[in-house]
Amino acid sequence: MTAELVLQIVLTVAAGLIGVGLFGALSQQTIVMVMMGLELVLNGVLLAGGAAWYFLAPELPDAQMLVVVALVVMAVEMAMGFAVTVAFYRARQLDMIDMASDLRG
Amino acid sequence: MLSDLSGWAITAVAVLGVLSVAAGVAVFVVDSMARATFALLASFLAVAGVLLALDLVYLAVVTALMMTIEMAIMAVFMIMFMMNPAGLMPMTMVHNAKGSAAVGAGVFVLLAVGIWTIDWPTTNPVRPDDSTRQLGEAIMGSHMLVMLVIGIGLFTTILAGTVLATSRGRYDRLGPGLDAEHPDDPVPGGLRR
Repeated sequence: MTAELVLQIVLTVAAGLIGVGLFGALSQQTIVMVMMGLELVLNGVLLAGGAAWYFLAPELPDAQMLVVVALVVMAVEMAMGFAVTVAFYRARQLDMIDMASDLRG
Repeated sequence: MLSDLSGWAITAVAVLGVLSVAAGVAVFVVDSMARATFALLASFLAVAGVLLALDLVYLAVVTALMMTIEMAIMAVFMIMFMMNPAGLMPMTMVHNAKGSAAVGAGVFVLLAVGIWTIDWPTTNPVRPDDSTRQLGEAIMGSHMLVMLVIGIGLFTTILAGTVLATSRGRYDRLGPGLDAEHPDDPVPGGLRR
């Protein structure tokens, strides 16, 4: 099997994760489920970054750094998402994004 | 050029790749919030397995450990906030499902067309002896700015999380203009009393 074919298969899997995550983030109504969709998108980025490092430029650390940044973004998204969820619930007893549509910018 | 992954590694990548997407789909299909959380964990662990097969040992272990803890915390929040944590009844809480599915499928098709039409430069990569050492040296050397920005970002997150988690801030104590004569505290004492 050629390296290019394996790379394309892995990247297609990553694209699948990004597509599924985007569907979830756009369609779910509860805040925590929206966050799970965003996490799936970042999961796809992790996979694509790892594949890019192995198949395209293993002599450079840049793709590994991208994976590290994606991991940190996941942690920050999770922490801030839950903080906002708790603050929302405390202020209005809501857990659905449709109930907070008056916050639209 | 032939891939220098062994047959076992290619099989593992293929199986874990299918598993990660299947678990990702399951997140939005299952009825229970707890099950959805653990489906997401399965997806993350499958991706960590692929990273392991691609020689990224450190990043794979970090992904697996971090996501296991993160999903454990997420399961607690899920059960706190969701109306159907145990999956005792069917549950769909979606809006604009068709539009969202169209956007998700459209993005996938767009990315897939790009992936399968680009002529990828995969010839003669020079592999480092140790990918973890390569990453560590980059973090402490040429890519230190990235780590500095990450550090500031994480510190800001700690501050913002604390501010959001505080039930009463200074505006609750001293009014919207911060000009109250005496702070409105449930317990007397403290500043400006």
